[in-house]
Amino acid sequence: MITQAIFIVVSLFTLVAALLVVRHPNLFSSALYLIASFFGVAGLYILLEADFLAVVQVMVYVGAISILIIFAIMLSKGMMGKRTSPHNRQDRWVALASLLLAIILLYFLVSLTQWPTTVIGALPPNPIQLLGKDLVGRFVMPFEVASVLLLAALIGAIAIAREREI
Amino acid sequence: MNLLNPQTLAPWFINLLEGIGLSHFWTLVLWDLIGSVLIILFAIVSILFIVWLERKFAARVQDRLGPNRVGPYGLVQTVADTIKLLTKEDITPATAERVSYNLAPILAVFSVFMVAAVVPFAKGVIGADLNVGVLYITAIGSIGIMAALMAGWSSDNKFALLGGFRVVAQLLSYEVPMVMALVSVVLLAGSMSLQKIVDAQAGGRWFFWVMPGVFLLYLITALAENERTPFDLLEADSEIVAGYHVEYGGIKFAWFFLTFFLNTLFLASFTTTFFLGGWRGPFADQLPILGFVYYFIKTTLVIFFMMWVRATWPRLRIDQMMSFAWKVLVPTSLILLIVTAVVLKLGLPAFWVNVLLLVLNVIVVLVVLGFLGRAMRLAIERPKRQVTA
Repeated sequence: MITQAIFIVVSLFTLVAALLVVRHPNLFSSALYLIASFFGVAGLYILLEADFLAVVQVMVYVGAISILIIFAIMLSKGMMGKRTSPHNRQDRWVALASLLLAIILLYFLVSLTQWPTTVIGALPPNPIQLLGKDLVGRFVMPFEVASVLLLAALIGAIAIAREREI
Repeated sequence: MNLLNPQTLAPWFINLLEGIGLSHFWTLVLWDLIGSVLIILFAIVSILFIVWLERKFAARVQDRLGPNRVGPYGLVQTVADTIKLLTKEDITPATAERVSYNLAPILAVFSVFMVAAVVPFAKGVIGADLNVGVLYITAIGSIGIMAALMAGWSSDNKFALLGGFRVVAQLLSYEVPMVMALVSVVLLAGSMSLQKIVDAQAGGRWFFWVMPGVFLLYLITALAENERTPFDLLEADSEIVAGYHVEYGGIKFAWFFLTFFLNTLFLASFTTTFFLGGWRGPFADQLPILGFVYYFIKTTLVIFFMMWVRATWPRLRIDQMMSFAWKVLVPTSLILLIVTAVVLKLGLPAFWVNVLLLVLNVIVVLVVLGFLGRAMRLAIERPKRQVTA
């Protein structure tokens, strides 16, 4: 009962914040609402008792990605005014299209997923250890591919931003 | 109730309230509430003392007297200052972004108080023993960066904005080696829970003795994360007035001031927890109240060290600060992490693991110092490059 109430409050918070991200006239405020929405998702993880995921969500999305986004906004020209979000007249069609897309996706998601209602078993005593072992064991290939991709992006960014030595 | 054992306090209190007729749920809520308020009060009261200590200590180092008017030895000076700050007029710049401007100081204090939840003060005395404690600390720390950034941007002042830029550059850069140092600690302790990390240092096997290199690394990054000298260019008065909180006054400035000293307190207490055995000491297991004493002695010593550095060292330049993080600390922390992982994987008996880690740590630190010395000599001997536009 209480869990359900908390779930509704947290989800509403996340959704309203997400809506404000796309609707707010000021780009910096949009970024702040994005952070609020990330916090809401972290709250949902806590409700699911996935505390590791919640903490990682805050660390990666709030601590790294959002701050980089805000940094990019601050470094852009003419971004300090009151109305900075690039809106145009086509937003109602975009809203319609994305609503349709969301309905289609949700339909397949809900109908194709099997929703197990029985408890599979007790949680292992140390789930983080299992997660770590799986990352360097069963899922070592995707893990390594992701890190190579990130490394390539890093080197690419340095190559683009590098000052030309004369 | 055994007064000397704080662990018996919770069952005693819960029994008392349930005797009055409260339900179990509300008793737990009340107990947690009291615990949180106690931790926050403890932190704020100790800040009053730490501020006085810092001013007095810096005065001694610089051959001055320091605060000596209000109360004996000027002890009540901070209280007077606080009252003055709280009664000041609340000024908001006309062009400031209202919401972020008012939210930033609250978020800043919030980020430090949240961290207090996982500090183990004595045996069994901890707000919440999260099994992702170390990760939680770093995650919450990033909210503090965000608060500084919001303050810098919303003030609509070029110095504040520059200060905000510097905060992000410095704190993000120094977070990398700090997390690497913490990962070494987690590897050695085998857990991310702060309680278990303290338990792993039982019997005088403080991680300070086992990994002095990692300890040094953590201490340097802690100074940087705390925006203390020699890394205080975030509020370098002579360059950017006061950094991101230029436009703040009165109680809102008091929040930022509080955040700074709370950061000092909790970074020192985490240094204690991770490397100096936390509350551990002789007889702390049998007599848990002793744990508090050991914890406070060790934390105060670390705070003293930070004050000592602040009172004596000059400030780094911004390019020196950045290249020190990325060219010295990050590679060193990576090497130390690999060393720790490899030594732990060898499967030696505990004693030899300790000895091997100690020797390798000392070697790594000496090699890094050697490289630094060579770079310094080269920088002095090298003729100045022509600046081309």
